[in-house]
Amino acid sequence: MARRYLPVVAFTVLLVAIQLATRFTATPYHLTQLTMTAYYSLIIVGLCMLIGYAGQISLGHAGFFAIGGYVTAFLTTFNLKPHPGVIVSLLSKSGVLVARPDAYGGDLLTVHPWLACGIAILLAVVIAYLVGGPVLKLKGHYLAMATLGFGIIVYRMVLGTEFLGAADGISDVPGFPLLSGVVITGNSSARVSNYYVAWGLVILGVVLLLNLIHSRVGRALAAVHGAEDAAGAMGIPTARYKLNTFVLSAVFASLAGVLLTHYNGGIGPSEAGVMKSVRYVAIVAIGGMANLWGALSMSLVLNYLSLRGYFGTYDDAVFGVILILIMLFAPDGLLRRHLLSDLKRMVSRNPAGKEAS
Amino acid sequence: MYAIVAIGFNIIYNATGIINFAQGEFVMLGGMTAVTLNRFMPLPLAIPAAVAITTIVGAIIEIVFIRWLHKPSVLRMVIITIGVSILIRETALHIWGESVKALPYFTGSSVSSINLGGVYISSQILWVVGIGALVVAALGAFFNLTMLGRQMRACSANRDAARLCGIDAGNMVTLSFMVSAAIGALGGCIICPITYVQYDSGTPLAIKGFTVAILGGLGNSTAAVGAGMILGILESFSIWVLPTAYKEAISIAILLAILFVKPSGIFGSAEAARLKEF
Repeated sequence: MARRYLPVVAFTVLLVAIQLATRFTATPYHLTQLTMTAYYSLIIVGLCMLIGYAGQISLGHAGFFAIGGYVTAFLTTFNLKPHPGVIVSLLSKSGVLVARPDAYGGDLLTVHPWLACGIAILLAVVIAYLVGGPVLKLKGHYLAMATLGFGIIVYRMVLGTEFLGAADGISDVPGFPLLSGVVITGNSSARVSNYYVAWGLVILGVVLLLNLIHSRVGRALAAVHGAEDAAGAMGIPTARYKLNTFVLSAVFASLAGVLLTHYNGGIGPSEAGVMKSVRYVAIVAIGGMANLWGALSMSLVLNYLSLRGYFGTYDDAVFGVILILIMLFAPDGLLRRHLLSDLKRMVSRNPAGKEAS
Repeated sequence: MYAIVAIGFNIIYNATGIINFAQGEFVMLGGMTAVTLNRFMPLPLAIPAAVAITTIVGAIIEIVFIRWLHKPSVLRMVIITIGVSILIRETALHIWGESVKALPYFTGSSVSSINLGGVYISSQILWVVGIGALVVAALGAFFNLTMLGRQMRACSANRDAARLCGIDAGNMVTLSFMVSAAIGALGGCIICPITYVQYDSGTPLAIKGFTVAILGGLGNSTAAVGAGMILGILESFSIWVLPTAYKEAISIAILLAILFVKPSGIFGSAEAARLKEF
């Protein structure tokens, strides 16, 4: 077993320990926030890949989260029954539609969550390609502003669009039947299974990314991050690698959006807000830019505290202060010591002082 | 109005090469302070006082957060100024709450208007245009005619060379933050009777200001005025075509379009832009 999988085991043990702890202290309600934390962590690791390993900042990832969440929420709550037609009948024959009663006892005929999820992620990929192409040609301030602008456009769109619920968002989103018997839902009886499903997905994602980082592509990305021109001169297609990493992180974010929306049973425009994007960047920065495990553990702690409401009305301010302090005193992140040795070498070779410049 | 925010961006960018993401917060801060002070003192006193307070805040921010960073990377600066803008916004939220505030019109009232050759214009618009023009003229004079202004320009051109000539580059950066904070605050005061001010009105302004600064070519204050007018007109027209809710998105879409097509701005030259860092 490669050494890079040791933290995977350690993290899994920690997760099981947390679950057992809540079991024996009879505080299983904490698992709800921890499950939501897991989905937010999915965005964080994707973003960590983009910022830390490809060296591209994105202040618009809440936008991709919202695209995933809103598309799936819309498709799984939009009633097709009053719209009979060729497409609808074709869809229902192919078995991708589900009928269920709505909150008022009426009949609903909607798209199956699997299909909705597929469409949501596909859309996110398309948008990421369209946006990423021109955006990633920019650097520094311009890249930050452009991605921030993208995030705000998505926010304004969901806030101003009537059929996306405007300021209220979309509620009454059904659960996501993942496998037979495993449904992603906020139902308290499924709390433990959902906790494991969510964190299982996160760990799966991290393992995928770790393999990517240690592959040829990962080394190429490290080269792009360190000295882009030199990397280009060595024959690395820098633009394509940056774009693909961007799309990959967008997929992570939109998948998180889809799943969390099914888990919460709804989504609101605040999920697309600028502060959310800034928060994700803050957590990646605290974890150490190029440090998946650091970002993941910081996400676990901070998202959980934030969701439990420990910061009260100072929630956003806390993340602002964290950002400033980290950037002033420890631009390489707090958890550098806890790194795997090979990751450590990577960080010291690419000090965060050269980030995206 | 957008031009004023954009000029604020340009001053700091010119002196330091930093884009200050907290620029919009200075505008909000100026407006808010003026509204509060206006309760205790007359308007002509409240506005200079508000500008002075915001200037001090700008200086404090520079001294506390920016000054002692040696050769900071762009990413670090972006994140720090974003953090600062969040801090200012949250502080404002806890001081002033969520309510929308406004100053009274300087002359006349919201319904009165002045007839200018057949076109009726609110008197406040004239104040905005007049003070805006005054600010641009004063800045031009400051940067070209005074010793201090020249020193600031020298710092922006080449900080090491300026230091060799005996210019205190650190103080120049502080000064540029103060000047841009003052201009932002003044803008906040004169616009606030029309647009009102709220604790979170800074961020959209900062983005529009940035759009204008890019549109006009980063670092060019005169072009920023023209670009500010273009954006204002485009925005007003967009309401005809699209729902009002999308108004904010329009300026950002313009920003993205400009960034994609011509990052040097419509008035900037590609030659000069190549020397800057994108």
